Amino acid sequence: MTGPSIEPKAHSHGLGDIPFSKLATHGSFDVNDFPVPNGREEEWRFTPLRRLKGLHDGTAAADGTDKIDIDAPEGVTVETVGRDDARLGTAGTPADRVIAQAYSSFEQATVVTVARGTALERPVTINREAQGGTRYDQFVIDVQPLAEAVVVLDQTGTGVRAGSVDVHVGEGARLTLVSLQDWDRDAVDVTQHNTQVDKDATFKSIVVTLGGDLVRLSPKVAYKGRGGNAELHGLYFTGDDQHHEHRSLIDHNVSNTRSRVEYKGALSGKGAHGVWIGDVIIGEGTTGTDSYEHNRNLQLTDDTRVDSVPNLEIFTGEVEGAGHAAASGRLDDIHLFYLRSRGIPEDEARRLVIRGYFLELINRIPVEGLAEEIMAKVERKLAAHE
Amino acid sequence: MTKFEIRGLRADVLIGEDERREILKGVDLTINSGETHAIMGPNGSGKSTLAYAIAGHPRYEITEGEVLLDGENILDMSVDERARAGVFLAMQYPVEVPGVSMSNFLRSSVTAVRGEAPKLRQFSKELQGAMKDLSIDSDFAARGVNEGFSGGEKKRHEILQLELLKPKIAILDETDSGLDVDALKVVSEGVNRAKENNDLGVMLITHYTRILNYVKPDHVHVFANGRIAESGGSELADTLEAEGYERFVKAGA
Repeated sequence: MTGPSIEPKAHSHGLGDIPFSKLATHGSFDVNDFPVPNGREEEWRFTPLRRLKGLHDGTAAADGTDKIDIDAPEGVTVETVGRDDARLGTAGTPADRVIAQAYSSFEQATVVTVARGTALERPVTINREAQGGTRYDQFVIDVQPLAEAVVVLDQTGTGVRAGSVDVHVGEGARLTLVSLQDWDRDAVDVTQHNTQVDKDATFKSIVVTLGGDLVRLSPKVAYKGRGGNAELHGLYFTGDDQHHEHRSLIDHNVSNTRSRVEYKGALSGKGAHGVWIGDVIIGEGTTGTDSYEHNRNLQLTDDTRVDSVPNLEIFTGEVEGAGHAAASGRLDDIHLFYLRSRGIPEDEARRLVIRGYFLELINRIPVEGLAEEIMAKVERKLAAHE
Repeated sequence: MTKFEIRGLRADVLIGEDERREILKGVDLTINSGETHAIMGPNGSGKSTLAYAIAGHPRYEITEGEVLLDGENILDMSVDERARAGVFLAMQYPVEVPGVSMSNFLRSSVTAVRGEAPKLRQFSKELQGAMKDLSIDSDFAARGVNEGFSGGEKKRHEILQLELLKPKIAILDETDSGLDVDALKVVSEGVNRAKENNDLGVMLITHYTRILNYVKPDHVHVFANGRIAESGGSELADTLEAEGYERFVKAGA
């Protein structure tokens, strides 16, 4: 495990260096601005490039199809738009070559707009079933001021997928975005979430990654006004030879903003690899930032691998709270002892403890039935590894 | 009628990878159903180790001896098999298991021990009654196992499990420690109910004589230096109360 880097900026008084963040990659929409990675780069060093099936070196041909069904209540507009739509690419810049490749290559994008002041009576559900091949996609979710919405992006099927989800949470609006990576075992998914949180808006992201051969998901958050609040929760269950990588970046570029990042994983079986990179930047001249990030990993077998790297960069002395924690370990044998000393057989005790480990996180999903469905999937995966 | 026999039990505490220390140095004790045996002794004498070793705690390893429940060596059984066979340990420091609700845990536990799932309505009635008897607020059923409970709340829940699981033999490891008088009474009444209802055999481990005013022992044993140093009737507890453990600590030193 790599330790955190905490780099307070030295006072410049107009003479010293301009503050420089190692974490704030500027990025580009053009794939040609990025060299083909060789795996030694900081942002690629944990990712098995050969399993990207050509996403990173331009050899993947966009030949795939998706079946997309969107269930949207009143107050929501769903559009399919072309490359020239002005709303695309407005929430963030691709931070790596694969995301830029997707932006340079996509043909159609899906735009979901929740009208100003609308409190949705039920969630927007985007069912995306990948039907093989390689595909580049862009999604835009625009929650306009004072609206309240829950959006579920439920992703299943097989194929090689890359793209961005651009999210705007308008002034005073509230959005909970649930993103399920429930892909077939052989799928590849490289996605960047870009979220702009406006004044007094609340954004909750719940990422659930269970499937795929390789999933690399980078949720990035920036703020457009004071009082913005972002909570990023993640759950992953990584089995034999699966690579699940989550790379969050919270850019506290505005004063009086809050963030919480909590990712919890369980890993089981040979070659299971979980990566969590948690970057937080507290920007120059900002005050009143409140930030905390946290990653926990439960290594159910000894042949799993975890890389957990929190990075905190602070460019101001006026911070309300900034902290991080990361812990990886096995199932607590004292927990198991206690349950078993009450007659509960070992496999059931393990199930209870793992269920308990994920319960709080899963209970954050505000969609009736979905929390239970996800818990059932986690338990099925667990059963398959016993 | 149950006979619980500890014969020549020796056990080590596992401290680190290659470090261990012998704590139990040959314990012999027989408890019949309906009998209450108080095990008293100075701190560090190995009383809790005896309890944990019998239950199968992973930090202890038995090196010699046997523990027979009606002639069957429970040391050959897994931790959960021992519990299902009828041996219950009320722990001195009950473990917090976050995210597992008390009600879910209790139902799983009762199902495992009884061999079949109790009918939901019936069980919920039984649970509510047992909680009421121990003055446990019904809100606790929804909370995580021992999560954020006070010391006293944890002890009450240990006795709640004792009453629900109806074991043949109960080992109570300093169940009285950290309880105020009111809580001590409530907990003692629970133990006495379990004794009456199930002809329970009890090994009551304690440092103080206070609980013995509420749960009457038939036999009192002094535990020192990893073995039983002296046995007697309830009058031995009074002697210990007056004289302390000094005599036994010295004898072993």
